[in-house]
Amino acid sequence: MGWKEGQGIGPRVKRRPRRQKPDPGVKIYGCALPPGGSEGSEDEDDDYLPENVTFAPKDVTPVDFTPKDNVHGLAYKGLDPHQALFGTSGEHVNLFSGGPEGTNNLLGDVGVNKGRKLGISGQAFGVGALEEEDDDIYATETLSKYDTILKDEEPGDGLYGWTAPRQYKNQKESEKELRYVGKILDGFSLASKPLSSKKIYPPPELPRDYRPVHYFRPVVAATSENSHLLQVLSESAGKPTHDPGTHSRHQLNASKRGELLGETPIQGAPTSVLEFLSEKDKERLKEMKQATDLKAAQLKARSLAQNASSSRPQPSSPDVGHCSWHMALSGGTAPVRASNFKPFAKEPEKQKRYEEFLVNVKRGQKDALECCLDPSMTEWERRRERDEFAQAALLYVSSHSTLSSRFTHAKMEDDSDQVEVPRDQENDVSDKQSAVKMKLFGKLTRDTFEWHPDKLLCKRFNVPDPYPSSTLVGLPRVKRDKYSVFNFLTVPETASSPATQASSEKVAQHQGPDKSRKPSRWDTSKQEKKEDSISEFLSLARSKVGPPKQESSPLVNKEEEHTMESVSDKVNKGVDSQTEGEGSRPSMDLFKAIFASSSDEKSSSSEDEQGDSEDDQEGTREADVKGSQETDLVETSSVAQASEPAPQEPAPFFPIQKIQIDEREEFGPQLPPVFCANARQKLEAPLKEKHKKNKEKHKTKKEHRRKKEKKKKHRKHKHKGKQKNKKSEKSSSSESTDSSDSQSDEEGAADLSPQELLRR
Amino acid sequence: MAFPEPKPRGPELPQKRLKTLDCGQRAVRAVRFNVDGNYCLTCGSDKTLKLWSPLRGTLLRTYSGHGYEVLDAAGSFDNSSLCSGGGDKAVVLWDVASGQVVRKFRGHAGKVNTVQFNEEATVILSGSIDSTIRCWDCRSRRPEPIQKLDEAKDGISSVKVSDHEVLAGSVDGRVRRYDLRMGHLFSDYVGSPITCTCFSRDGQCTLVSSLDSTLRLLDKDTGELLGEYTGHKNQEYKLDCCLSERDTHVVSCSEDGKVFFWDLVEGALALALPVGPSVVQSLAYHPTEPCLLTAMGGSIQCWREETYKAEDGTG
Repeated sequence: MGWKEGQGIGPRVKRRPRRQKPDPGVKIYGCALPPGGSEGSEDEDDDYLPENVTFAPKDVTPVDFTPKDNVHGLAYKGLDPHQALFGTSGEHVNLFSGGPEGTNNLLGDVGVNKGRKLGISGQAFGVGALEEEDDDIYATETLSKYDTILKDEEPGDGLYGWTAPRQYKNQKESEKELRYVGKILDGFSLASKPLSSKKIYPPPELPRDYRPVHYFRPVVAATSENSHLLQVLSESAGKPTHDPGTHSRHQLNASKRGELLGETPIQGAPTSVLEFLSEKDKERLKEMKQATDLKAAQLKARSLAQNASSSRPQPSSPDVGHCSWHMALSGGTAPVRASNFKPFAKEPEKQKRYEEFLVNVKRGQKDALECCLDPSMTEWERRRERDEFAQAALLYVSSHSTLSSRFTHAKMEDDSDQVEVPRDQENDVSDKQSAVKMKLFGKLTRDTFEWHPDKLLCKRFNVPDPYPSSTLVGLPRVKRDKYSVFNFLTVPETASSPATQASSEKVAQHQGPDKSRKPSRWDTSKQEKKEDSISEFLSLARSKVGPPKQESSPLVNKEEEHTMESVSDKVNKGVDSQTEGEGSRPSMDLFKAIFASSSDEKSSSSEDEQGDSEDDQEGTREADVKGSQETDLVETSSVAQASEPAPQEPAPFFPIQKIQIDEREEFGPQLPPVFCANARQKLEAPLKEKHKKNKEKHKTKKEHRRKKEKKKKHRKHKHKGKQKNKKSEKSSSSESTDSSDSQSDEEGAADLSPQELLRR
Repeated sequence: MAFPEPKPRGPELPQKRLKTLDCGQRAVRAVRFNVDGNYCLTCGSDKTLKLWSPLRGTLLRTYSGHGYEVLDAAGSFDNSSLCSGGGDKAVVLWDVASGQVVRKFRGHAGKVNTVQFNEEATVILSGSIDSTIRCWDCRSRRPEPIQKLDEAKDGISSVKVSDHEVLAGSVDGRVRRYDLRMGHLFSDYVGSPITCTCFSRDGQCTLVSSLDSTLRLLDKDTGELLGEYTGHKNQEYKLDCCLSERDTHVVSCSEDGKVFFWDLVEGALALALPVGPSVVQSLAYHPTEPCLLTAMGGSIQCWREETYKAEDGTG
C-alpha cells in the first residue's frame, strides 16, 4: 500500500492491547521519542478505537549518521543560548546534560522556571537582551526563594549528605547513574543490570594494645639439645611450636631435595670443604660446635628467664621503660658487648659510670643503672643519663662488632678548633709604603723573622744547620683558633725600636727652642693618668659647667702640641712613617673591640689606663686604635667642627680626655661619634708625644690619615696655606676647644649643633 | 779584587753591537750566560731551550721537552747540567751534552718564572707565580721539593742564590732574603711589584728593580737604600737588571727599547744603549768581561765594549 509519511514499514498491525501504565520503579525513558510525541496522543484516544482497525507499524526513526563535524567531546552540546540567557537564571547550566532532569529536579526550582516568561523581561528599561535580568527590587523577600537544602536527599540511606565520603558517593552514584541516565548516545543502549561493584574490605581492626614495633626473635637452631629451649621460645612468642621434624622447603638444599626425590647423589667434586676433612677432625669440629651451641643456648635460656621475670607488670611507672630496654639489652646481644667502645669518652666520669652499668647489665642486675649512677645527680640528670646509657648500649653494642673491623681510630686530631699560622707575619704595608715614599729604607721596611731551613737544604748548601735542635721547617708557627677573624690579621709586635732616635731629635728641632724648654706635658699627662678617679671626677664636674674655663697652661700646651702636630705633619712625615715602623695597622684590639664581647675590652682598657708607664704602651695603642676607629666614624663631624675656629677658651684638657676615656668605658665603642671624635684626636696627640719621649714609635696609619685630612681641612677653609703660622695653631687649638666643648656636655648634641650653626 | 792591580782599567761599557742572533724560537723570554760566560742559553716561547756560543753565533744544542714556553734557565757551575722552568709549571733538569731531560720536577701550581742552581748544583730553586719557591733536590729521587718557601704573598718573579742565601723578589713588593746560615728571613718592603733582584758581586748589596720604573740598591744587611736609579721604563713587564762585571754600573732593560747603564755610586745615567724598537725583554751580563747579551723579540744581541777586538778571530 505504499508508504506514508509518519508510518512505519511493514504489514499493518492491530492495535495492541492497552499497555499497563509502567511501574514507576521500572520506568524506562524513551530516548528517541519527542516529548510531545504521538504516543501520548495515541494513548489518549486508545479508548474509542474499534477492534478491527489495523494500523501501520510505527515509524522508526532512522539512525542518524550525521558525521561529527566539531571537535567537541561526545555528546557535548555546547550552550543553549535560550537556556543560558533567558530561561533559567537560578539553574545551573549543565553542559553535559547527562542528567538534566536530575539536576533540575534536585534543585527543585523547575516550577519557578515554568512560570517565568521567556524573552525580554525586566523591571525597567535598560536591561539589555544579553544582560541578566535584575532582581525584583520591590519584591518582598520570602524564605521560599531560598534553597533550604543543598541537594535533594540521597535516594538511599540518609547517612551522608553531599559531603559523603568519596567511596560511598561513588557507590551510590553508580546505581543512580544507571537509573538516571536520560539520554543515551546514538548507537548505545542502556546496560540492563548494574556492574557489580568491587567489594572493598575494611582493614583489619588493630588490637587496642598493639604496638607497631617489630621485635625479631632470636633464631635458635633446632637441635636435639635445645629443643626444649625452642619450645619455650616459641611459646613465649605466642606461636605454635614449630615441628622440628618437618623442614620447610627452603631449609633443604639441592642434594637433600634430590635425596628426597630418590635421585642418586651426584658423584663429583665435593660440595664443601668439610668433606675434605678427616673423620677425626670432623668429630672435633662437631664437638666444638656443639659446645658453642650449648653455650649460646644457655645464654639464651638465661636471658629468656630474665625476660620472663622482668616482663612482669611492675608497679612503678618509671621502671617500665627501664625494663623494656633492660629486656632488649639482656636479650641476645649481651655477650657481644664491646668493651673498648666508649661512647662517652669525652667525659671520663660518665664513661666510667657507663662501663659500670654495662658490667651490671651483663651480670643481669636489674638495678644496674641505679647503682652506678652518681648519687649526687639530680633526678632529671639521672633519668637523662639512664636513657642515654640505655640507648648507647642498645645502639653501639649491635653496631660495634661489625663496624669496628672497618674503621680505625683517628691518628690525627681533626676536631680541634686550632690551626697553625705563622707566628710572625709581615706587618701591614701601609706604613712601609709611606716609608718607601720617604725613601726611608732600612729598619722601617725590613722585617726579620726566624726561619728554619730544612736540614737537607742546609746540607745541600754546605752550611751548618742554624737550628740543629729544632725540627721545625720554615717560619715558626703558632696555633690559633681555626675560624677566627684574628687569623687573617697580623698581631703587631710590641717590641720597641730604638732606631728612630734621630728622627725624634729632628722633631725636637722643628719644634723650636721655645717649645722644647717647657716641661713636657706628656709627662704630666702620664702623671695625671696615674692619678685616680678624683681628678677624673673633678674634671668631669668642670667640664659639665657649660662653657669651659680658661686655663692658661693647658692652652699653651695645646698650642704647642698643635704646632708640633702641624709641623710634624708637613715637614716631618718621615717621623710619622718612621714611627710606624712596627705594629701600626689597626691592631687586634680594634678587631677585638668590634668582634669580641665588650666586657673584656672594657676591663682591659681601664686597666691599661690605670697602668704604669710600661703598660702605657699597651694602653695607648689600644686607645689609638679606638681613636682611629672612632675617628673614622666621625670624620665629617670633626671636619665641621674644625672648619670654623671660634675664639673659645680651651677646656681643661686632660681631665676631659679622662672623661672621654670614662665615657668610652661606660658606653663601649658605640659612643655617639660627635662626642668622642675629637677626644680621640686629643687623646692620641699626647700619646704620640709620650711615645716620642719613650722612644716608642707607635702610630697608626689611620692616625696618619686623619692628620692628613686635618691638613686638608685647614687648607680648604679659611686658613688656606697657612698651616704653620699662628693662625693655624689657633684654629687647631680652637678646634680642640670645640671638640672639648662638644665632649664636655655629655648630652650636648642638641645645644652644640645650634652653637655650631650660629658660628657659621 | 781589581784594586790590587797596578793599573786598574777604567770601566768600559758594552756598547758595540757585536752580533745579532735570530734564535728561531719565537719570542726569546730570557737570555742567560753560563757560568764562565762562554755560552748562553735562550729560552724560547716555542717550548725550546737553546744553547749558543754567542761570540761565534753558533747554535750548539736545542733542548726540547717543555710543555709550554720556557721562561728561565740556568746552568750549573760545572756546565754539566741545565735547569729551566716554564709555563708548563715544570722545572726541568737537563743534561747538557746529551740534551736529555734528567729530571722533571712537578709541583708548582703555576708557571715557573725563575730557576736557579745553588752553588754546587745540588739544588734547583724555582720561583713560580704560585707564590712559592721550591727547592728541588737534584741528588735524590724524591719528587717533592726539599723545602717550600711560601712566605711570599704573591708570585715570585726572581730568585737568586748565593752560597748560603736565597734572594727572592715577589710581586707582593717585597724582597726576601733567606739566610740559611743564620736561619733568618729578611723581608724588605719595596712596595712596587718586583721584577728582578740580584746580588752585587761583592755580596754586600742587592739590586732590586720594580714596576715603578725604579731600581734600588739596598744594603743587604740592613736593608737601607744605597742608591736609586731611574730613567728607564719598566711598568708592565718582568724585565731583567744586573750589575756590571765589576759592580761599577747598574744595568737594566727598559720597555722603550734601550738598555740603561747607571753609575752605581753616583746614580747618574751613564748610557742608554738603544737596542731596538720594542721592549728589551731580558739581558745577561758576562761574569768577568764587559759583555752584554740582550733579548728583543725573537733575537738576541751581543754587545761588547768599543775597544773590543775579537781576539779569537774565529767566525
